[in-house]
Amino acid sequence: MAAYARGLSAVRPSRYLPVSARIAAALATASLAGCSGGVLQPRGPIGAADSQILLDAVGIMSAIVVPTIAALFIFAWWFRASNPRARYQPDFVYSGRLEIIIWSIPILVIMFLGGVIWIGSHELDPYRPISADEPPLEVQVVSLDWKWLFIYPQQRIASVNELVIPVGTPVHFELTSASVMNAFFVPQLGSMIATMNGMKTQLNLTADHPGDYYGESTQYSGDGFSGMHFVVHAVAKDEFPRWVSTVQQDGPALDRNGYFDLLQQTQNARPFTYRSVDPSLFQAILTHQLPPGPGPYVGGAGPNVRPVGGR
Amino acid sequence: MFVPLAVGDMLGKLTLNAIPLDQPIPLIAGGVVILVVVAVIAWIVLRGHLPYLWREWITSVDHKRIGVMYVLLGLVMLLRGFIDAIMMRSQQALAFHAAGYLPPEHYDQVFSAHGTIMIFFAAMPLMIGLMNFVVPLQLGVRDVAFPTLNSTSFWLTATGALLVNISLVIGEFARTGWLPYPPLSEARYSPGVGVDYYLWALQISGVGTLLTGVNFVTTILKIRAPGMSYLRMPVFCWTALCANLLIVAAFPVLTATLAMLLLDRYLGFHFFTNSAGGNMMMFINLIWAWGHPEVYILVLPAFGVFSEVIPTFSGKPLFGYRSMVVATLFICLVSFLVWLHHFFTMGAGGDVNATFGIATSIIAVGTGVKIYNWMFTMYGGRIRFATPMLWSMGFLVTFTIGGMTGVLLAVPPADFQLHNSLFLVAHFHNVIIAGVLFAAFAGLTYWFPKAFGFRLHEGWGKAAFWFSLAGFYITFIPLYAVGLLGMTRRMQHYDLALWRPWVLAAGVGILVFMCALACQVIQLVVSIRRREELRDFTGDPWNGRSLEWSTASPPPAFNFAVLPNVQGEEPYWHIKRRAIETQQLTAEPDYQPIEMPRNSPTGFITAFFATVTGFALIWDIWWLVGVGLACAYAVFVWFAWRDVEEHQIPAEEVARIDRARRKAREEWLATEGHEEWLTSHGQGGTS
Repeated sequence: MAAYARGLSAVRPSRYLPVSARIAAALATASLAGCSGGVLQPRGPIGAADSQILLDAVGIMSAIVVPTIAALFIFAWWFRASNPRARYQPDFVYSGRLEIIIWSIPILVIMFLGGVIWIGSHELDPYRPISADEPPLEVQVVSLDWKWLFIYPQQRIASVNELVIPVGTPVHFELTSASVMNAFFVPQLGSMIATMNGMKTQLNLTADHPGDYYGESTQYSGDGFSGMHFVVHAVAKDEFPRWVSTVQQDGPALDRNGYFDLLQQTQNARPFTYRSVDPSLFQAILTHQLPPGPGPYVGGAGPNVRPVGGR
Repeated sequence: MFVPLAVGDMLGKLTLNAIPLDQPIPLIAGGVVILVVVAVIAWIVLRGHLPYLWREWITSVDHKRIGVMYVLLGLVMLLRGFIDAIMMRSQQALAFHAAGYLPPEHYDQVFSAHGTIMIFFAAMPLMIGLMNFVVPLQLGVRDVAFPTLNSTSFWLTATGALLVNISLVIGEFARTGWLPYPPLSEARYSPGVGVDYYLWALQISGVGTLLTGVNFVTTILKIRAPGMSYLRMPVFCWTALCANLLIVAAFPVLTATLAMLLLDRYLGFHFFTNSAGGNMMMFINLIWAWGHPEVYILVLPAFGVFSEVIPTFSGKPLFGYRSMVVATLFICLVSFLVWLHHFFTMGAGGDVNATFGIATSIIAVGTGVKIYNWMFTMYGGRIRFATPMLWSMGFLVTFTIGGMTGVLLAVPPADFQLHNSLFLVAHFHNVIIAGVLFAAFAGLTYWFPKAFGFRLHEGWGKAAFWFSLAGFYITFIPLYAVGLLGMTRRMQHYDLALWRPWVLAAGVGILVFMCALACQVIQLVVSIRRREELRDFTGDPWNGRSLEWSTASPPPAFNFAVLPNVQGEEPYWHIKRRAIETQQLTAEPDYQPIEMPRNSPTGFITAFFATVTGFALIWDIWWLVGVGLACAYAVFVWFAWRDVEEHQIPAEEVARIDRARRKAREEWLATEGHEEWLTSHGQGGTS
């Protein structure tokens, strides 16, 4: 918890500081393995709503679970064989009234909880757009063996294992996988969603505090799975265009050829950015114009991953 | 590679490279296991126990012997799975900003094997073993419907367990998790033999489990003592019936799903591949259409065990018997309607997620009713806190917490944050350890004197319970916490300082569990050494209520000299009451000779060839596949053509055995103190 507290103190004051101090604070947080808290310390409206429902559900259930556990202990203790004051009632084996109560209590609780489930599932459906004054930032996510590719189609840039988003702007993610199933999850921003090859899922998130948030795959995907995490830098709105223009000036370009290098299995990839990206890349991956990842290298007998007539 | 070409061709993919000579951990582990097995076999052969073992156990078709062997298999595999758990916890404790001592390709096998072994080869055999031993005795009959099939079921399950353990030394095990989600499990992403070991082990043992299901459904529906109507059956029989109905309905789904994956892997089909129209979501749907009922296949018999133990040690019949039966049937039905909650995060949309979320939480109604019924069974009782009752109390409290976290995970927005996290891992260990494992130990302690004629040592049993309970909380409360902090499952290493203290705490918990294991072993050793003072002379060591306590401990091969005539719920309670009231047993019956099924090596030999076939399929040794299948079929034909299927126990033998039992009972009746028992104990269940 200490690390979490330090992470927080590094993030919180930064809202009221000048840019240079903010960057220093961001670097300080990054040095703490870049990360802060769990799902109960949300830094965005979706995460906040998810964890509120989580706490509400625990509260609703505790209302019967805690008395039940207490009664179990009391009954077991009072009716112990060595207690002469307890009345032995060996013929107490049925009671219609009690049966009605026994069935009613869980039914009523589940009916109440069922309402929470129904409303929550619809309100917090990951596909549901977040209402805001501005259009969402579009990000296309591709899970690869074993790294994350983030494509910014509006900005025509891309990054690996590093996601930079502006604070307060909703982000609309479209996600797919280049090989096996994975799941995209930033615990402090909220809902996770699976990524699957040949299929597109969607997710809408917003960060409402600047900071660095840990992101990971939550669907085991093979030997390099544990290294398949990324950092989300939530930066101030005016800082985001500056980051974009910095990225656009430097680094490799991501075309289909570069994608084939990315497709090979690698572990613990360091974050880096692409100055430009083929705008049709995501669609090409999704529709199998670009073949799925080749899997492990098997003694030279593996499939040829370059498409016929490639380059 | 160093094998000559001709022999090499004969062995399919199998070469000396399959033995992990470069990896010390599996090599040493495998070596130790082989040494122990060889030593045990050598001891058996040299001491001349082999003929006895063959005659009385390996070829036995007696449901009690098969039950004991199932439990033994379950306990050995529990130990294997527990060693995997120790490796996982210690790896995570070490792997903060470090590689730890298990590289990913090994760590991934360890957690896959842990899950597979614990579910299929520890929990399932323990529950099926208890059902095997107890159900015919409780129904007041002499055996299950198909005794030889029962033996075959057991040996096929053992085949699966053997194949999984062979993978430790020859080749590798799956690196896909305990449910091999495609496309990771497809040949492209898992080209090794690991997934094949998994698939064939489960296909073969799955046949055994399905046959068990058929056998027990038939037994419970068709073979019961005179007067044992459905609503007079003990609740354990009801839960066994429901669990086996679930087996019959769900296991074919598993077999078909795994068969499709096998076709993908072996013959280039495209059921679940990325390309050519395959869809991995179909696998995930199908595997959970089996997987969720499987949870209830495990936990329903566990509920049954507690429904026997709690009344016995409360000195009261079960409260709300009919309510309990209804709740069991309700759970049995609804368990088939909730599978989608295992993948809320695949983006199915609000309507679908909400429907399955609500369906899932509805199951909690059935479970909640059961908890309350057990609670009111204790109300007004005289509770003796013997070891089985302690396990039951531990279950009631811990399982209630596990149920709560389960319903929490059924709320889709909460699941969006907790799916696949260590919170989920903590949840299902909460329900499986507190539910199934505690039930297994409660049942084991409870029925052990029935099986072997002496009780287990109370002190060491209680120590094992307290260490298990503490071990559970110390291991899994931190995992709940670290799951809320966002740590996902199956991580071989991690860099977040936030998680470290919790991971270390869970590592301490596993040490406490090791103490529990030590107590279990000591308990067994001490009990065997002091068996004379722990002996159960009457056959009724706990003041029991159902029919298994009316026969001797251990019961004769035929269970009952004369089939009991059941006149109400808790039939043995009434027999006992009448005997005390009249101070005499019922008149000695007219003993008749009893026909019992003959022992048969069919199951063992079939399973031997199934092992050979499975191994050959894994390594593409096609000629051996042919030989194995042909021989297995030949065994079946040889068995089907048998001339004599039963042997007769003469009336004098039956009389001699039963008179010994009656003598012990009469001596018990002649001891003092029963008048007080009579006035203070109730009428028992409604007649």
